[in-house]
Amino acid sequence: MEPLSAPPPIRRLDPQDPIPAREVVLGVPTNGNGAAGAPAAGGFTAAKRSIAAPQFSIRRMEVDKVSIHYGAKEAVKGVSLPIRQGEVLALIGPSGCGKTTLLRSLNRLTELTAAARLTGSIRLDDVDIRLIEPTLLRRRVTMVFQQPNPFPMSVFDNIAYVLREQGSRRTKKKVLAPQVHSALQRAGLFEEVKDNLDHPALKLSGGQQQRLCIARALAAEPEVLLLDEPCSALDPQSTAVIEDLIVKLRDDVAVVIVTHNLQQAYRIADHVAFMYLGDLVEYNSATRLFNAPAQERTREYVSGAFG
Amino acid sequence: MAPSVATPPPERPQAAPPQGKAPTKAVEGSSTWSMLDRIGLAFCWALGLLFCAIAVAIVVYLFLQGVKFLKLDQLTTPAATGFSETETGGFSDALIGTIIVAVMGISLALPVGIAIAVWLVEYGRPAPLARVTELTIEAIAGIPSIVLALFGTVIFSSTALGFLSRSNEGVVFGRSFFAAAAMLSLVALPLVVASTRQGLESIPRHVREASYAVGKTKAATIRRILLPTARPQVATGMILGLGRIIGDTAIILVLLGATQNFAPVEGAVFPFDYLRGAGTTLTNFVYEASPTGNLNQPQKAYAAAFVLLLMVLGLNAAADLVHRRARKAGTWSH
Ligand SMILES: Nc1ncnc2c1ncn2[C@@H]1O[C@H](COP(=O)(O)OP(=O)(O)OP(=O)(O)O)[C@@H](O)[C@H]1O
Ligand SMILES: [Mg+2]
Repeated sequence: MEPLSAPPPIRRLDPQDPIPAREVVLGVPTNGNGAAGAPAAGGFTAAKRSIAAPQFSIRRMEVDKVSIHYGAKEAVKGVSLPIRQGEVLALIGPSGCGKTTLLRSLNRLTELTAAARLTGSIRLDDVDIRLIEPTLLRRRVTMVFQQPNPFPMSVFDNIAYVLREQGSRRTKKKVLAPQVHSALQRAGLFEEVKDNLDHPALKLSGGQQQRLCIARALAAEPEVLLLDEPCSALDPQSTAVIEDLIVKLRDDVAVVIVTHNLQQAYRIADHVAFMYLGDLVEYNSATRLFNAPAQERTREYVSGAFG
Repeated sequence: MAPSVATPPPERPQAAPPQGKAPTKAVEGSSTWSMLDRIGLAFCWALGLLFCAIAVAIVVYLFLQGVKFLKLDQLTTPAATGFSETETGGFSDALIGTIIVAVMGISLALPVGIAIAVWLVEYGRPAPLARVTELTIEAIAGIPSIVLALFGTVIFSSTALGFLSRSNEGVVFGRSFFAAAAMLSLVALPLVVASTRQGLESIPRHVREASYAVGKTKAATIRRILLPTARPQVATGMILGLGRIIGDTAIILVLLGATQNFAPVEGAVFPFDYLRGAGTTLTNFVYEASPTGNLNQPQKAYAAAFVLLLMVLGLNAAADLVHRRARKAGTWSH
């Protein structure tokens, strides 16, 4: 395996995948009045979309009729949806509806649970992920967890661990430094930690730890980034920093984020998938899903959550 | 819904502040406890103080006796046969013997124990095999060391293992540093396994997954993340194990020969001549030098016991250092 040069992302334009229309955008004031042009059907005016429409969107992953069982319990029921680079996809839904399960199946982490069974197929650039060796797949599809979980080593070593070959410690720090710095920069953490990269990572603040985890996930040069409620343990300010970061990342990697915070989904996602009891109830653009949901269930969930 | 106009909370009866001295801080006092709880509390205090007193008494007594009777040349002169205190020498062979069995025993127990713990926590499949392994380790922990020693004589007296001890005309003596260290490693093994397991199990699952989620193999995760994180607990297990090895007497008596001095095997190459031969340790020396032993020189017993105590205290300090350093690295928030 070549650890230091991950395969460059293959960026193909999918002809079947039209670039989303500009009208999706709410945050860019078109008539000096922000969201005025948006339909108010769902009464969703609490938050404004703060980002511009995606410049492009390329289909990278394809979830195709995926069902996941834990023993006899079906946690995900026949879900199909696309995951595109250039966009942020948010998974929302009540607790226990299978968001985490679906997310973890995208880089075959569900396989670590002995009871879990997956049917259907998930494809990355048209290759079934079951055919990709798990460690290679997980470098292309990396994940950030709900709990900030840096490794108990220095900030530098946290990133270096990802860059080095499996168990090796041989590659010199000096050789790795540029890559480590760039990963920290992409995660917006470099300025804060550049003077003490030897500081133990677990002594950083929660928000810094989570950004370090994002930097770690980015150091592998992934093509898809999975985030499972990355802000749930953080204060509003750290959350804002991470949200900005996610939006910046969407051009380079396909981003999938699970969140319980509907405002957050509305702020940063381009497409939103609403799940309920394992079913994918609605997959739609963020604007439409929040303002004019196609399904009654979605309307209830979205409006219920906002009073 | 919250009422639009907040109503003031109902007045609470306020306890009148005690007259005289102004209170600086309100604390929960046991005066509000039930009688039974108060008696229990008093009992706990009394017992706690009693045991502290006993422990302190032992350490202080050994310390004073040790300082009084320990002479530095005792550490460098081997024991000898003689009639007076000055003729019988010191206990350097016993000291070196203790160090040898400790090093040999723990260097067997540590890798095996860590490997077993890693397998149990990180693999543990097939489940029945894991259960059997667990039960075996528990059984070993429960076996008195004299029984292990007896079992050891059977094994190490076999002709096939004659190269590990002295043999004479086909009869294998079966007592040597090899034999004693092998059985002593079994005494330490359950402690290493238990402590390492505890260390590994205290690492949240998502930390492992974070390593897998950047494409690391299980082996790399174990080597670079899990074992380094569990290092303090591994150290604790190692120190507890060393303490048990150093403190054991039964196995020394039965499997080391418990001679007064080293009894190297003639004709073998160093260091195997010594390791194949019989020997002694500090615990055995303390026993021999105590009033019940053959030597009956209690002053030397105190001196040797003092050295033993220093070794154990040194080990504890080392474990403490590892823990303190780990605490500096921080831990996950839950
Ligand atoms: N390891 C497991 N073994 C058995 N059942 C599981 C396991 N993990 C999850 N489940 C079940 O699968 C269902 C979906 O769980 P999942 O964690 O995906 O939900 P979620 O949408 O992420 O919930 P939350 O919002 O609370 O994180 C739940 O009913 C849960 O009980
Ligand atoms: Mg979840």
